[in-house]
Amino acid sequence: MSTDTLRTRLRLPQLDATNGVWPALALALIVGGSLVAIDGGSLFTESSMISLLQRAAGLGIVAVGQTIAILAGSLDLSVAYVISLTSLVAAETMAGSDGMVLPAILAVLAVSAAIGLLNGLLITKLRINAFIATLGVGLLVKGYLEQGYAGPAGSVPTSFQHLGYDRVGPVPLSFLLFAAVAAAVWFTLRSTRYGHHLIATGGDLDVARLSGVRTDRVLIRTHVICSLCAGIAGLYLASRLGAGAPRVGAEGGYDLESIAAVVLGGTVLAGGRGGVTGTVGGVLLLAVIDGVFNQLEVDSFFKQMVRGVVIVAAVAVYALRLRRTSDRRKAAVA
Amino acid sequence: MQPDSDQPLLRMRGVGKSFFGVRVLDDVDLDLHPGQVHALVGENGAGKSTLMKIASGVYQPDSGSLELSGRPVTLPDPRAAQTAGIGIIHQEFNLLPERTVAENVFLGREPMRRGLVDRRAMQARTAELLAGIGEAAIAPQTRVGRLSVAQQQVVEIVKALALDARVLIMDEPTASLAEHEVELLYALVRRLQQRGIGILYVSHRLTEVFDLSGRITVLKDGRRVTTLDTAEATADTLVRHMVGRELSHYFPERAVPGSAGASRLQLSAAGNGRLRPVDLELRSGEVLGVGGLQGSGRSALARAVFGIDGFRTGQLLLDGVPVRVRSPRQAVRAGIAYVTEDRKGEGLVLSQSVLDNALLAQRAVNPRWFARNARTTTVRELLDAVEVHAAGTDQEIRYLSGGNQQKVILARWLAMKPRVLLFDEPTRGIDVGAKAAIHDLIRKLAADGAAVLMISSELPELIGMSDRIVVMRDGAIAGELPAGSSEEAVMSLATGAATSTEAPE
Repeated sequence: MSTDTLRTRLRLPQLDATNGVWPALALALIVGGSLVAIDGGSLFTESSMISLLQRAAGLGIVAVGQTIAILAGSLDLSVAYVISLTSLVAAETMAGSDGMVLPAILAVLAVSAAIGLLNGLLITKLRINAFIATLGVGLLVKGYLEQGYAGPAGSVPTSFQHLGYDRVGPVPLSFLLFAAVAAAVWFTLRSTRYGHHLIATGGDLDVARLSGVRTDRVLIRTHVICSLCAGIAGLYLASRLGAGAPRVGAEGGYDLESIAAVVLGGTVLAGGRGGVTGTVGGVLLLAVIDGVFNQLEVDSFFKQMVRGVVIVAAVAVYALRLRRTSDRRKAAVA
Repeated sequence: MQPDSDQPLLRMRGVGKSFFGVRVLDDVDLDLHPGQVHALVGENGAGKSTLMKIASGVYQPDSGSLELSGRPVTLPDPRAAQTAGIGIIHQEFNLLPERTVAENVFLGREPMRRGLVDRRAMQARTAELLAGIGEAAIAPQTRVGRLSVAQQQVVEIVKALALDARVLIMDEPTASLAEHEVELLYALVRRLQQRGIGILYVSHRLTEVFDLSGRITVLKDGRRVTTLDTAEATADTLVRHMVGRELSHYFPERAVPGSAGASRLQLSAAGNGRLRPVDLELRSGEVLGVGGLQGSGRSALARAVFGIDGFRTGQLLLDGVPVRVRSPRQAVRAGIAYVTEDRKGEGLVLSQSVLDNALLAQRAVNPRWFARNARTTTVRELLDAVEVHAAGTDQEIRYLSGGNQQKVILARWLAMKPRVLLFDEPTRGIDVGAKAAIHDLIRKLAADGAAVLMISSELPELIGMSDRIVVMRDGAIAGELPAGSSEEAVMSLATGAATSTEAPE
């Protein structure tokens, strides 16, 4: 193959896939903002921005966890049910008492870590496909919730509701929590051995193993962290709702939505490529689209369709770009 | 180099290994000295890869012993071999394309500072290692996926050196390199040699063995046939040791000059993004060799004829009828077959059986359910006819040797009764014995009336097989040569030293 002509002809701006979400976010803000303005409202009032950031926070925390699961070449479909379960664990342990806040938080972290551990063990030791393993664990939790709870249970003391409603300046506390979780995970990926090994494991399991990475441990740890993120989101939702809710996770669609946010952020589903910053962009993009449609009071079916189109379009763009680079690589080989 | 004056780095004595009762290595001795390039040659199945795997800790020998610098060692796993100072460069690289050079080199052993990965130290040490082997042009923070294959190989070598490897095993290191890159590898091997590293060099290509090695060990059927100094060896003696046959009757008889039949495939001014307008005629009964350097457009030509990246301009005539081939499917239906260069990537479904692979084209193009029994019978006969050696037609094809895999691909296309066959590097990575069988089959196909276009980088094969040779350069045909032209004639056309379309001389 004549590589040089091909390479020069196909030369594209050197965008990393993770950068693509930011222009999309800007575009959504401009187009959405104008649409809302035409409709007579404003997307950029303080109250609508706050509700936008709040919406982003819950999904964002879950999506950060989902990001590392996907980066490691795995996936977690149990997060939605973990959220529901942990919101109940939190609210029931607290039972309206201020003194029980700390024990409740610890209980939530323990429960979610245990579920993550189970996911990780099933995937690494029994070699069950991550999709099936986490789906199974999710259904297990779902069954427990449906059998034990008909509706909201437990109650959260006012002191704990600060997490859901307080603001630091214009920024909701919950969004800062999301930002902190994202920053922690970003730093972990960048500067710890575990982070490097995680990306290597997702990139190529055999290469990682032959280079001396203990891939099983990496995967288990990743699933524990992913589940912990879902647990934190459960705490946040409990503080928002004032009680635990057995269907809050599934109804919010946190499982697929978090995967959508990760993919929008440019992380490749097969693993090994992508990062947390892209996911933050993906979460914000979904939140903006949501906010715009809420302001426009659009029919929710239409809303779902637009979200679907956005996600598919984003993945198509990434796939195209990936194919071009791999073509280029192939051309370089030939 | 004084091979016997100093103590060997690696000494293997009486090494044997069996799998399921089948003896694949028997009583093999091998000494590798510091600064020595020791070539390991033999047909596929001779035991080279088993020996390599024993030396790199993948397999445990059933008998015999290993010594490193005079001390007996056991290597329970690849990690142990790495820490003992034995590095291996596989044919398929063990690198992560999405990560940087430094991250790849130090994967699994990242330097730490206060509990965190010390990225700066990692890059500095990678730069040092790269500079140490004269490859300072590669930046440690580049993503590996953006490097050329040759550079990736350098990264792989550096990864081994980062572990203080004193013994380096290289498995067919030139298999994925372009011609100009091979020279760079030679230079690198010599620099490693100067640093006192012992290199066990496994290759099919005898030219390389003679260019690089100081000593050669020949394996056949799991036994060491001989070990000799390269200076004392000739290509003929090596091949004789490997297969017990002389080099001379390597290629089947060519077609009788002037016996070529009607025009099967004709291209007039056919071009696309990678090909300048090409005029070419391919006749029934002939083998047309296509030579040229890597990237000269040879594969692009085959891919265009087969409709993968089709022609955009000009005309393609099949048996005199203008045809537009827009997809491989149309090409197959028109009676064109394409044996690709990348056997594992594009030629085979590795996890499927021999039979499934052989039936692939037929099932795809003629999905007639009621004909399947007859079809299977035919394909089984064809598999027998091309002499595929497999445990059975149900065996997964990945376990077959390269030569047998290639025969299965041939059977697949023979079942389609093609009029035009395109071969892209038909014997790459195939051992000497199977090579001859493939050559015979190609020649027989032509004799039976098919038109064969054969791309080859191996000049002896190109010249030995072809009735006519077309040489490509920069996406165009640089010239045509008659049967039996010299290697110099092909190379001067390929490199642009001779520019006429007439044969030089």
